[in-house]
Amino acid sequence: MISDALAGKRLAITGTTGFLGTALVERLLRCVPDVELVLLVRPGRRGAEHRIRREIIRNDVFDRLRDQLGTDEFERLCAQQITGVAGDVGIDGLGLDDAGRELIAGCDIIIHSAAAVAFDNPLDTAVEVNLMGPVRLVQMLNEMGASPHFIAVSTCYVAGSRRGNAPEEPLADGPMYVPVSWQDEADASRRRRITTETESRDPARLEEFRSRARHELGAAGTPALAAKTEQLRSRWVNDQMVEAGRSRAASLGFPDAYAFTKALAETAVTEIKGDLRVSTVRPSIIESAYAEPFPGWIRGFRMAEPIIIGYGRGLLTDFPGIPQGVLDVIPVDLVAAAICAVAARGHDPDQEIIQVASGAINPFRFNQLVDLAHRWFSENPIYDDRDQPIPPPNWTYPGRGRVVRQLKRLRTGLNATERVLGRLPIRGRQAEITADLDERRDQVERALGYVELYGAYTECEALFGVERLLELWDSLEGSDQQEFCFDPRIIDWPHYVGDIHLPTVVAQGRVKTAPSGRSGPSRRDRQRIQVLSPDRHMAAFDLENTVIAANVVMAYGWLATRRLPVDERARLVAKILLEAPSLLALDHRDRSDFLRHFYRRYQGAPIEQMAEDSGEMFSDLILTQSYPAAIRRVRQHRAAGHTTVLITGALDFIVEPLRPLFDHIVCAELAQSHGTYTGQLAEVPPTSESRAEVLRDFANAEGLLMSESVAYADSASDLALLEAVGYPVAVNPEPKLAMLARKRGWLIEYFDKAPGGPRKLLPIGSRKAS
Amino acid sequence: MKDRVRPTPRPGMVLEVDRSTPPILFHHGEGFRTEKLPAGRSRVIYPAEPLLGLADPEGAIRRALLNPIDQDPLPAQLRPGMKLTIAFDDISLPLPPMRRPDIRQMVIEQVLEMAAAAGVDDVHIIAALALHRRMTEDELRYCLGDRTYDAFAPSGCLYNHDAEDPDGMVVLGTTPHGEEVQFSKRAAESDLVVYVNINLVAMDGGHKSTATGLAGYQGLRHHHNVKTMQESKSFMDQHRSELHASNWRMGKVLRDAGVKIFQIETTVNNNTFGVDGPLAMLQKREWEWTAKDRAAFVAMTTGLKYTPPQMARQIFQSWRAPYELTSVQAGEVEAVHKVTTENVYAQHLVPVEGQTDILTMGLPYICPYNVNSVMNPILVMCLGLGYFFNLYRGRPLVREGGVVIMGHPTRWEFHPVHHPSYIDFFEQVLADTTDPVEIEARYERQFAEDEWYIHLYRTSYAYHGVHPFYMWYWGAHALQHLGEVIIVGGDTRAVQRMGFRPASTLQDALEIASDTVGRQPTVTHLHNPPILMADVS
Repeated sequence: MISDALAGKRLAITGTTGFLGTALVERLLRCVPDVELVLLVRPGRRGAEHRIRREIIRNDVFDRLRDQLGTDEFERLCAQQITGVAGDVGIDGLGLDDAGRELIAGCDIIIHSAAAVAFDNPLDTAVEVNLMGPVRLVQMLNEMGASPHFIAVSTCYVAGSRRGNAPEEPLADGPMYVPVSWQDEADASRRRRITTETESRDPARLEEFRSRARHELGAAGTPALAAKTEQLRSRWVNDQMVEAGRSRAASLGFPDAYAFTKALAETAVTEIKGDLRVSTVRPSIIESAYAEPFPGWIRGFRMAEPIIIGYGRGLLTDFPGIPQGVLDVIPVDLVAAAICAVAARGHDPDQEIIQVASGAINPFRFNQLVDLAHRWFSENPIYDDRDQPIPPPNWTYPGRGRVVRQLKRLRTGLNATERVLGRLPIRGRQAEITADLDERRDQVERALGYVELYGAYTECEALFGVERLLELWDSLEGSDQQEFCFDPRIIDWPHYVGDIHLPTVVAQGRVKTAPSGRSGPSRRDRQRIQVLSPDRHMAAFDLENTVIAANVVMAYGWLATRRLPVDERARLVAKILLEAPSLLALDHRDRSDFLRHFYRRYQGAPIEQMAEDSGEMFSDLILTQSYPAAIRRVRQHRAAGHTTVLITGALDFIVEPLRPLFDHIVCAELAQSHGTYTGQLAEVPPTSESRAEVLRDFANAEGLLMSESVAYADSASDLALLEAVGYPVAVNPEPKLAMLARKRGWLIEYFDKAPGGPRKLLPIGSRKAS
Repeated sequence: MKDRVRPTPRPGMVLEVDRSTPPILFHHGEGFRTEKLPAGRSRVIYPAEPLLGLADPEGAIRRALLNPIDQDPLPAQLRPGMKLTIAFDDISLPLPPMRRPDIRQMVIEQVLEMAAAAGVDDVHIIAALALHRRMTEDELRYCLGDRTYDAFAPSGCLYNHDAEDPDGMVVLGTTPHGEEVQFSKRAAESDLVVYVNINLVAMDGGHKSTATGLAGYQGLRHHHNVKTMQESKSFMDQHRSELHASNWRMGKVLRDAGVKIFQIETTVNNNTFGVDGPLAMLQKREWEWTAKDRAAFVAMTTGLKYTPPQMARQIFQSWRAPYELTSVQAGEVEAVHKVTTENVYAQHLVPVEGQTDILTMGLPYICPYNVNSVMNPILVMCLGLGYFFNLYRGRPLVREGGVVIMGHPTRWEFHPVHHPSYIDFFEQVLADTTDPVEIEARYERQFAEDEWYIHLYRTSYAYHGVHPFYMWYWGAHALQHLGEVIIVGGDTRAVQRMGFRPASTLQDALEIASDTVGRQPTVTHLHNPPILMADVS
């Protein structure tokens, strides 16, 4: 009896916050009396015990046991039988203190299931965890003179991308074995990290990151650009390391860095195990539970899920693969049961390696999956944003190269279109198209990633032998076969895919499985309610293109022409129009410089006359060009008791008539001398990142919280301002901000000029006869 | 002059529609429709032809000032050192604005001459606009002439009434009904107030000129409310209008408080579109259109089809009516207004026998509140259900529970400067409810006392925050009386927002109306403008 064999034993398990690990803990706790579990987990910020509570015991995998025992008894059981040890297999010394080492070395059985399973891990991460993790454990046990039964969880894919049989035998015995030194590989990956980090700091490369950041954010200010640049740099390093892993793996015939490092680990452990009794369990692709503790239990988003969801959403219009190829999938409960059986049996030198796979005896073919998925998604479609069901695509199983080429072509096209659109002076709803493009490009990138990463698996034609697994199965008593079922032959694929796995994946994927039905307020309405909640403290508004569709040049044109004779008015306006491109360019480069440069034109303007004319301009230009909905929004904020603030580069006398709307106005002021303006700025208006600073200072002085405040702006140059508050709102965003706002889920408002109102085509003042 | 040899104008008439009746002209915003009305059960009420204008307007004005009714001649009331205030009707009259010289200019220039001759040097000239938008410099120059503007405006003696100036308004007393009489402080402190009116419709003039024109929200709310409007049947009929009763009570308080008013009232004829010229056919009866009229009409409507709405609006807004002065009388308010009303009726009244199931009307591009501006949906409602519906004496043209079908593009359009509170009223208040009583109770005060609207009213060119409410109240009597309101050719969303039914053609509208009035209803078309007032027996 498995439960008898393991009863009262002390087992150490790594990787218990992972999919398989959690399933193992549950199974042992539920089926083996008095078993003692020592869980090695990374402590995180709040300690190992806390993580065990939060990430393991609270998982729904324990619902069955909790219901069986009652909450109190379950808690008691966990407290009694589970011990947490803080440690990390990814670092030298395993992060263990002496007590921890003692505790682990004193265990009867050690199940090592910790791994960096993502197929797109950077090479060095994969090496440190997958290769060096077991090496460190084995070394530690040897140092301590302990000799427990060590069960290493590996993967069938250590066999590499091969055709034909892959039996349950040590790698070195296989025909495809390419001997490489695991130490050399580990050293090389560490060196690669260092050189890549160095390379990423190359001046030319840094300049490239900076220009990309600028392209993405526009004139967002130095701190925002710096943060973006650094983000791009570290992302580049990461990408390089992922690529390094993939290419090294491919060079040795492995589908990815995961399988490659796992294979190295098997070799390494065999080499250094000494007297340690080691068993290796190699599962294939682990997916949701077939029956235990309940059908469909899954943890996290696994390998196949993104593809399945991508398929259901119509994102992956085609996928490479061999239609008749075998997709070797194994439900998690079968793997956990097999490991329990191996643990109970103890070490057997003749059966050190056991594969848990389905392909050889109960094959599940790729086209079978696609057909089942097609049928299932036809009956249970995912809905798009417009509440339309998405028809599942028909895959034609082309070669990988063709799919990749197609996607890359699409990506190039999208990039080019986006570049062109980015240069056009569009904003608001038109700018949405760039956000759409961006989203589309993201989807293509993701699809490309899936194809490149998973293509190898769908094309894999290896057949993983399970003779020893079946021998083990046959040796079990009937009751064990009942309780610890791991016979892959029992899997009824259509039932598993259609009734268990797809519903689970779709539920996990948080996709729309029904039209929204318009029962509640939309997301935008909810955001508006949040923004206008009485709990907010302050609402800050940019002026140009946020509250009014006018700019400082128009205002100047209006004021300058108001008292000119007709012919001179035309000349002045023509002059301003001719200058427009250069002014615009200056504005894009540096807003402060632009304002300083432009406002020199006010030199000699009589102060009193400016005040009088600005009063008239308020009606003829400002209000005519205003967005009534924006003004209404300011007033709603006031009514809700928020402090309203206007932050603008416009001049004080121009915004003066807007004073009743705002509690506080931050604007530009010109120096005065003898009743006229000098054209020099007396008060430099805050631009880009300094806007956030000014607002923060104001908030602090007034005792208002930035995190409870709202900011409205239209351009990526206001990014710092928008990021500084808890509730950013993009108003009529220009393309860059439209993209960012969509990505970050910010409220986007489209404020329009009053429909049917008079249009001001040229900034010409209403004539003042003087 | 050609006008002088015009044939004697014919009175208004009611045409019974039969199968030989040509399609009838419907005004439709900045455009027109021609509609076939159901034969055998439809009738069309036509306005009277323009009465002949006075041969010598300047002389007539002088005679009125020198021979006032129940008061001393104006010169006798003027003396050096006195405070004289001249108040005048604002841009909302007449409609459309008239060709130069404007009546106000002709009258005020003569008043100023007499004041100058008498040595009066403390003269203020005030546009009595109550809660309407301020008039622009161009508009003031147009109404008063450059001479008066340049003489008075720069020194601050010619200006727009400011009902929200805390130092500029006084309450002179309360009527026995508890109505506060709020008044311009300058006018109240003047030794004489000369009021210059243009009495376009029967609602205008009398005590309403001053008691409303120079008041503010505190005073106006006593008669600009739902109850008053529902009890004014109609507000065009002074003797059955609670609106006028209230104003008359206020007039008495003004008189008792010592405010001396010299009322000058004028009437114009129906010559809205000219007896000749490009729009002349609009004031002719369809079966009398000449080939030239028909060609001009087809050319115009075809042209309009290809003209962007904004441009069409500019074209129509620039039309200046060749109105002619038909009477001028001055002196004591009530006595003067009696004569004025008779003169208005002489031009407008058309006897009509009995009510109808369905009243149709084609709404033109202009109403009192969108001169040089945008006719927004709320103004469409006010023009149709406020003004046109109330152009009756005796009984409403349409029976209780009947249907009004009005044609107008009713675009979702607003003037951002002139009508800011209308936008919010439309977006927020009407989205919530269209019931005037509920609107009044829940929203009026908030809009009326809103600081931003007050700021815009005082410093920009915005109608007061409460003004859209008054527009909605203007239709309260009709909303209470009618079973259904249908707008033909309007923006569906805008029409529905107001609680009305949209229809794309008159046929559809009649079909919709059959739910309310059955399959064989009687139909009456109000062929307005030029203006007519139905005397329903």
